[in-house]
Amino acid sequence: MTAPAESANTERLEWHTIKLIENPIYRYGLLGLALIYVVWSVGSLEVDWNRVANGFPRAADMFSRMFPPSFERWELLTRELLVSVQMALAASFFGMIIAVPLGLCGAVNLVPRPVYLVARTFIVLSRTFHEIIWAIFFVKIVGFGPLAGVLTLTIASISFVSKMLAEDIENMPPGQLEAVRATGASFPKLLVYCISPQALPRYLGVSLYRLDANIRHSTVVGVVGAGGIGQVLAASFKRYDYDFSLAILLAIIALVFVGEVFSNWARNKLR
Amino acid sequence: MSPAEHAKKYPEVWRRFNPRQTLTRYAWYVGAVFIAAWALRSMDLPWEYFNDAHIQAMDLLTRMVPPDWDILEEVVAILIETINIATLGTIITIFIAFPVAFLAARNTTFNSLTWAIARFILVASRSINTVVWGLLFVAIFGPGPVAGIWAIAFRSIGFMGKLVAEAIEEIDEGAVEAIEATGASRLQVLWIGILPQVLPVIYGTTVYRWDINIRESTVLGFVGAGGIGILLYSAMNLFRWEQVSVMLAVIFAVVVVSEFVSAMVRQRIT
Amino acid sequence: MLTLTDLTKTYPTGAAALKGVSFEVDEPQVVAIIGPSGAGKSTLIRCINRLVEPTSGSVILDGTDITALNRGDIRKARRRMGMIFQEYNLVERLTVMENVLSGRLGYVNFWQAFFRRFPAKDVSAAFKLLDRVGLAGYQDTRADALSGGQRQRVGIARALTQTPDLLLVDEPTASLDPKTSRQIMRILVELAHERNTPALVNIHDVGLAQTYSDRIIGLREGEIVFDGTTHQITAQVLTDIYGEEDWSSTIRKVDEENGDEAAKEKPKAKGKGLVREASAG
Repeated sequence: MTAPAESANTERLEWHTIKLIENPIYRYGLLGLALIYVVWSVGSLEVDWNRVANGFPRAADMFSRMFPPSFERWELLTRELLVSVQMALAASFFGMIIAVPLGLCGAVNLVPRPVYLVARTFIVLSRTFHEIIWAIFFVKIVGFGPLAGVLTLTIASISFVSKMLAEDIENMPPGQLEAVRATGASFPKLLVYCISPQALPRYLGVSLYRLDANIRHSTVVGVVGAGGIGQVLAASFKRYDYDFSLAILLAIIALVFVGEVFSNWARNKLR
Repeated sequence: MSPAEHAKKYPEVWRRFNPRQTLTRYAWYVGAVFIAAWALRSMDLPWEYFNDAHIQAMDLLTRMVPPDWDILEEVVAILIETINIATLGTIITIFIAFPVAFLAARNTTFNSLTWAIARFILVASRSINTVVWGLLFVAIFGPGPVAGIWAIAFRSIGFMGKLVAEAIEEIDEGAVEAIEATGASRLQVLWIGILPQVLPVIYGTTVYRWDINIRESTVLGFVGAGGIGILLYSAMNLFRWEQVSVMLAVIFAVVVVSEFVSAMVRQRIT
Repeated sequence: MLTLTDLTKTYPTGAAALKGVSFEVDEPQVVAIIGPSGAGKSTLIRCINRLVEPTSGSVILDGTDITALNRGDIRKARRRMGMIFQEYNLVERLTVMENVLSGRLGYVNFWQAFFRRFPAKDVSAAFKLLDRVGLAGYQDTRADALSGGQRQRVGIARALTQTPDLLLVDEPTASLDPKTSRQIMRILVELAHERNTPALVNIHDVGLAQTYSDRIIGLREGEIVFDGTTHQITAQVLTDIYGEEDWSSTIRKVDEENGDEAAKEKPKAKGKGLVREASAG
């Protein structure tokens, strides 16, 4: 029995040596700094600790009121859930189509420098701001309802898909482009004969992935008034209808799960 | 070679796809268009709102300049709170996500029941958006950053737990067996055999999620869960666009910096 | 046919790749361009069809001044110049036939390219070429499923589908093993002669250059230091091109190869036997 124990011991030593930061002074120093940060940041939060302490009994009360979930207003639930799905579908469709020209303009190896910079700036700007911020903007511009939601999710899809597409095109071996150019092909022909076959499979995969993400986000943009199930959910919380809230949450979990399974299935089929 | 043979050997027609393949392909395209059209139609969107949308948008943009830099100090203070919410939420996540991941990995879970429960926790956590978690925790803890921290943490558990569980399922079983052979307890096996192997993944996903959480924490305030969102939301509702532009600029800077930091750290550890 | 006058290329970095290159190809011959890495061989080839913009000088192909053409006309001019690459540069996800037919892209309209509906004579010519390079039956195989030698055959077929007036060949064998290299060079040279098409072939293997070309141009640091027939290659010439080295073994090897290749090569038989050998390889 000594032999395996010994080998295990060496194994132990070996695993112990794998540290992210070799120098113990730096390692514990960093840990100490992290602790100081936690203490400082928790202290700096403006918190009504009484209210937080009350949180646990309130949570218990809330959970007891959540069960059993109430599907009494299932018609409202399914109608708004459907709106969420429709917002996601429409936005994914328009997003993936508008992303094509933007993605092409964002590929440094295809377009002149100024076009590239404009396209990339747009992509970065739209990606940086959270969907909810966009949603409020669109609510201010086109009013409450799913139209704002569709616009929000379309913007999010465009920036995501076009960024991926641009990166894909930039990573293409330059020789293929050169060879097709050398046959005297014009830019549009280069597009349909060389770039599109090389980039299409991943573009479709990314678009399907974005459909999945859009379904997730479509359930939440309603919280700020941009349509879909989120609106109903926020209202149920405001009215303390916790049993209905739980029903909605379960429905969202189911929907997101189905969306993810579909997206994975479709992407596997693409391969 | 007779002309017939010649024509057979060197045909004049060549098709990339046979008719059936072509038909299926077009069926997919038509199907996608049809679904999008159906979705748009049945939502019954008020298209007439589009008529003055560009006027509204221009109005909004013109009122954004010049930005009201006087509020910068206030914005930066609450921005620090936003970053703290994201960071503390991420730290809490590590402590919850690792045990859940341990139960959600087929090779380390106790039995199929614990596995199913852990998987459900991961799916539920990921399905519910940070903002919705925020709604829930605001109802529990009242408005403020504590609700935000827990919202961030609960949404991140699913994300990190899933990735770490996948990493645990792919570990080198030999090292684990060697440690089991010493008669080590389950906890020791976990600590010595498994943890070190997945540690890089934990670090990597933590930093990655932190970067995402910075972005998420900017909107938690919309449901009252602390951070810059509160200020942003009220400024937007009061049409103080000259303040909104300041906040957007600051958010932009923070998100870009955090993305850069996260990318740099991940590059160094992997 | 092709006249280069004082062709110069200076890259934005300041590196002078070509320093006044002039030569003329006035009969359908295979011209090998040899020289050390960085001598400007690739730049020279690419300046002729303006994938690289020359800094000064002129390229005249059958009376057309290529260097003076605008963007639209340069595409028309490129149709007349078939190009073959070291890394084959096939569109990986397309089938062999699509790759071969891409040589017709300059002639068909956009929708024909989009739907892959090429004119009947193009398709049948493409089938003939596939057969000729030893890939009959491969039309529906995807390019990424082919071996290196097979890919280069597709590359040759693509260039010849253009029915070019000039072949520009950039290191066609540098990524291939010696046996496949010889097969590829043989097909290339046969086809160029069959169709009376002049070919400029960049090649760094002196042996292959001597075996398969009619004329050799030696390039060193962007300047022509040798221009003559294969028999004029001596140790002194190679030293001029590449620098001081013991060249005796290279020359001798070349002579031997010339000896046994000559019997097979010289009759320029219509090549059926060679094709069969090639497709077996």
